[in-house]
Amino acid sequence: MAYKQYILVCGGTACESNHGIALFNALKKAVEENGLVNEVQVVRTGCLGFCEKGPIVKVLPQDTFYVEVKPEDAAVIVKEHIIKGRVVSRLLYDKNQSKINVGIEGIDFYQKQFRIVLRNCGVIDPDKIDEYIARDGYKALEKVLFEMKPQDVVDEVSKSGLRGRGGAGFPTGKKWSFAAMQPAGQKYMVCNADEGDPGAYMDRSTLEGDPHSVLEAMTIAGYAIGASKGFIYIRAEYPLAIQRLETALAQAREYGLLGDDILGSGFSFDIEIRLGAGAFVCGEETALLASIEGMRGMPRPRPPFPAVKGLWGRPTVINNVETLANIPVILLKGGLWFSKIGTATSKGTKVFALTGKINNSGLIEVPMGTTLREIIFDIGGGIRGGKAFKAAQTGGPSGGMIPPQFLDTPIDYENLAKIGSIMGSGGLIVMDEDDCIPNIAKFYLDFTVDESCGKCAPCRIGGRKLLNYLGKICDGKGTYEDIENMREISEAMSRASLCGLGQTASNPVQSSLRYFMDEYKEHIDEKKCRAGKCKNLLRYTIDKSKCVGCTACARVCPVNAIAGERKQPHTINSETCIKCGQCYEVCKFHAVNRA
Amino acid sequence: MSNLVQLEINGIPVEVPAGTTILNAAKAVHVKIPTLCYHPDLKPWAACGICVVRTSGSPKLLRACCTEVAPGMKVTTHDADIVRVRRTVLELILANHPNDCLQCPRSGNCELQKLAADFGIREIPFPTEVPNIPVDSSTPSIVLNPEKCVKCGRCAIVCQEMQNVWALEFIGRGEKTRMAPAADVTLNESPCIKCGQCSAHCPVGAIYERDQTREVWNALRDENKYCVVQIAPAVRVAIGEAFGLPPGTLMTGETYAGLRRLGFKAVFDTNYSADVTIMEEGSEFIKRFTSGGTLPLITSCCPAWTDWMEKYAQDFMDNFSTAKSPQQMLGVLAKTYYAEKLGIDPAKIFMVSIMPCTAKKYEITRSETMFASGHQDIDVVLTTRELARMFKSTGIDFPSLAKEEADSILGDYTGAGTIFGVTGGVMEAALRTAYCLITGDAQPPSINFEAVRGMEGVKEATIDIKGTPVKIAVAHQMGNVEQVLDAVREDRKAGRKPRYDFIEVMACRGGCIGGGGQPTGATDEVRKARTAGIYTDDEKCVIRMSHLNPQVQKLYADYLDKPLSEKAHHLLHNHYHAKKIYAK
Amino acid sequence: MAKLTLNDLRKLRDQKQKAIEKRDPSNKDAQIIVGMGTCGIAAGAKETFNAIIDELDAKGISHVLVRQTGCMGLCHSEPTVEVIVPNMPVVIYGNVNAEVGKQIVNDHIVNKHLIDNHICDKPAMDIVR
Repeated sequence: MAYKQYILVCGGTACESNHGIALFNALKKAVEENGLVNEVQVVRTGCLGFCEKGPIVKVLPQDTFYVEVKPEDAAVIVKEHIIKGRVVSRLLYDKNQSKINVGIEGIDFYQKQFRIVLRNCGVIDPDKIDEYIARDGYKALEKVLFEMKPQDVVDEVSKSGLRGRGGAGFPTGKKWSFAAMQPAGQKYMVCNADEGDPGAYMDRSTLEGDPHSVLEAMTIAGYAIGASKGFIYIRAEYPLAIQRLETALAQAREYGLLGDDILGSGFSFDIEIRLGAGAFVCGEETALLASIEGMRGMPRPRPPFPAVKGLWGRPTVINNVETLANIPVILLKGGLWFSKIGTATSKGTKVFALTGKINNSGLIEVPMGTTLREIIFDIGGGIRGGKAFKAAQTGGPSGGMIPPQFLDTPIDYENLAKIGSIMGSGGLIVMDEDDCIPNIAKFYLDFTVDESCGKCAPCRIGGRKLLNYLGKICDGKGTYEDIENMREISEAMSRASLCGLGQTASNPVQSSLRYFMDEYKEHIDEKKCRAGKCKNLLRYTIDKSKCVGCTACARVCPVNAIAGERKQPHTINSETCIKCGQCYEVCKFHAVNRA
Repeated sequence: MSNLVQLEINGIPVEVPAGTTILNAAKAVHVKIPTLCYHPDLKPWAACGICVVRTSGSPKLLRACCTEVAPGMKVTTHDADIVRVRRTVLELILANHPNDCLQCPRSGNCELQKLAADFGIREIPFPTEVPNIPVDSSTPSIVLNPEKCVKCGRCAIVCQEMQNVWALEFIGRGEKTRMAPAADVTLNESPCIKCGQCSAHCPVGAIYERDQTREVWNALRDENKYCVVQIAPAVRVAIGEAFGLPPGTLMTGETYAGLRRLGFKAVFDTNYSADVTIMEEGSEFIKRFTSGGTLPLITSCCPAWTDWMEKYAQDFMDNFSTAKSPQQMLGVLAKTYYAEKLGIDPAKIFMVSIMPCTAKKYEITRSETMFASGHQDIDVVLTTRELARMFKSTGIDFPSLAKEEADSILGDYTGAGTIFGVTGGVMEAALRTAYCLITGDAQPPSINFEAVRGMEGVKEATIDIKGTPVKIAVAHQMGNVEQVLDAVREDRKAGRKPRYDFIEVMACRGGCIGGGGQPTGATDEVRKARTAGIYTDDEKCVIRMSHLNPQVQKLYADYLDKPLSEKAHHLLHNHYHAKKIYAK
Repeated sequence: MAKLTLNDLRKLRDQKQKAIEKRDPSNKDAQIIVGMGTCGIAAGAKETFNAIIDELDAKGISHVLVRQTGCMGLCHSEPTVEVIVPNMPVVIYGNVNAEVGKQIVNDHIVNKHLIDNHICDKPAMDIVR
């Protein structure tokens, strides 16, 4: 027996703490009292993400969205909406709406996401080419092959204003036109799927969810620049994406959408997968090319740019996965359509992998120009556990830390550069009050130092020195001279390093020195880490008045640093203590102090 | 002209050919932009970041070594800001480098030391950390000290691209990056051919020749030893550089004199035995050429080349001349012929050779035939660089020494012997003699065979010996050699007569004058000057054909009978063994 | 399948579009779509997928098509499962382990009840069909 209607009550932490449970019970009661138990089901949901306006209630199938609903509103919702079919307009998000099916489409919060790249992800079966075709797949290729000249394709992409989503934001149309301008002959189209930022997985998800969109785009690009051969450079750590790509390649070849004389157009193009061993630097385009050629993955100087002299010295266009996934849509809907999305200099959408101290971590796609606040608080559902926002890191380990004062800055390439960060490939890591800024900078540097290819001196040596200074500061042994040296090294790295990795590796240091100097000062002057993350600055003690001598702390201490008789106050020997914090976690009486 | 590019450097209009780098274009405005990893022999590797400049149109600083000029470009080669960045980069490099310049083999001509001096670095603001990696002294020729390495990449690029050897690689990543053979085997287990070009290109003291001067000093001090010495053709035109003389200055007589001042009892010249080599190798060629032996005949004077062949081109083993190199011929003759003539116990003879080459240090023990005299034919090889140090340590004013002559019976040489020091020289010397021996003429129509001369990587020619064409090829710099071998392989595969009759190979660019043991700082300009010095020496010789060397004629008359005689075979010829590319 | 011509491709697209609109591939009127990106699989989507199929088999239900898809972006709630049953709202469930998977078959498919505490809302309008 099916229900006719469903009342969904947000069960997120924020809504629940805001009388959500009482509301749920009240709705249940109202349904029972009105004898609707067999017709209406009241259900608790996960967080609906709109915590600012909680508690949230949603009625299905009308998809009516009520905000700030109180327990006492339960009876009204049942009487008015369920029984009489009239919307309770005072509870609507947009109070002027009066139609009953005021669904989520009507609320701009949900429209903050806009899916071009991820249009098919989570919608089609990635292993079935037919489903891709059904959603207008390979329609752009049709159009390109039979209605457009290569130059038209380049022009359309130029018109769209699409810029490379791999990080640097170079205009894609311009890149294609450089390669197209080169004399005919062997040219190559390379897809950079060597996504390597920790916590970033935009490209992986795209390839896993919609592999054909990338194949179609590469074929289109091949046609535009005059290449007959493509490579997808993907890290071996992405087995599922590789498997789906292989399936997709086989299907596309079977259908004649890759290979000789595609769809009878006379144009031939095929794609080969090349696996990378996972070096971060191989995401840098010239290092990537070296790796495809079978050489050690080390960047080469540019110019000459790969579009002029790339793979085996031939003109080569390298685009990343996300850039390519935009291409079929641009060609179907037109460059002009695309250019209307986003900001003046940055068109279209950007996919972010939202991670860190955020409620709704996940993959989002928003128009360029969306603010960090919208991403973090509206889409991401705010900071986990209701803590205070401290900083957001865009651009992965080579990005900068963005402080709260820039939460309302519209995100695009230029604005991020202005505030000392980068777009990068789309990792977005959120930090809260429990994160220590110098410690986080150290974490990122640790990564870039490890991943430096070792070719150029500023990056290879400078990165290590920065890391050493950060270590010193986090140990409470830093000085202001160290800070000065860090500034000097950071600048030399960003200006004299050969490739993007080295040029951006000092961003976390530079941005944090700019915006969070107070935390560095605390570490240097007061030997204090306000977030409690720098172990060597911590001291654990036991408050004798609170300790009941339960021995729980002494039992968990891995180094036997805690002594004391049963039922007597315990003490911590700070000499042996390794500051692991287990005693602090285990004490039920809040008797362990951390300072 | 359309291929000229107009630009501005430091506000001064400049016109340079298209494709010129900013580094080279800046010379037009008298600015020598500081560099560290850049070397004119190699395509820019762009690692160090010292040569950064500012250009209009780029927000970043660009590397002058690899950035080509563009029309209308405005370049600033230096300002306070650029110098500051360069200085910080230099300080970072120095903070990763040991501060033991006093004990460094490159002290005094180290490129990093010079940069530090030029920038007036008095203290390094950052803590110094030097990786603790063991020294690789596994080969008899060169020593690799990773602690001193600045990762400029020159050695690996030389080894891979110039020399096609692939012994040195970048291994490790990030701060753990270092130069070493792949899979971290020792150099001696690697494909290394000991040519020493890595050491000649290293800007610092990270790869250098094995220093054996102390062994020589000890021998000179030993009263029971009768120390004799030979000098190779290429040494005489380069050793002056160590004393401030221009490259190519001919210092034969001064070197003989200097060696006697060091205490050598007799001074011989490898040019003499080069003439002997021509007798043997030339006869070998004539024999093969006229009686249908294996062709092409390939020269084997260069030990780095024979090592490469034994590893990478074993299908050419039968093509190799069995004649020993001039160095080895002189060694064995000193301990047999010379010893007998002068009545000296060969066991007491301590034979030192002064070579432009690090591979020669390896050659002296490369096979049992290097002991043909019954003793080790050559006891120690010193490179030109080591000899210069020995001279310096004595205080001898080398350039001012009065010229002396070499010692008789192993000292006189012809012009053909001296040109062994340059690419094409062995071929030219062989052709001079072969022409005469084949035709019976007193002299070829032109004694200079211009076709085999010059810096072209592979030189091909057909020499007309009175109606008989002899097809020859001359290759130098190992990276140029394989194409010649491949051409022959192609002929073999097609069942054709090989397109060459005679091939000369020298492993180093320009031949021995560009050897891995020569004074550092060789560029093509320097190589050309040294080459000119060699040809001047040739021109100065009254006799310019090996078979006319009276002392050589005497050697055969008194001792060996004739070229390729049984005795000659025993003393002056050797054979080759196939080797694994990786010994491990 | 032979290589397509332009017309073949267009025909195929039309045909598939209709099939998808009808949501009725091979006489199945309901669908359970499991998110099988790396995030989903890491969170146990394969177990969920298998549990759903096993439960459908056990209950002898044949009108439900079980499909996979890529990541829909709700990585905090993986594994995610979308359920489409005629005359019921389309729902995306989050944190669906094998147990909840079975519950989906029994409660949502059989009893037409939504499942408490696992509904994950649709994050964007265009993911809703």
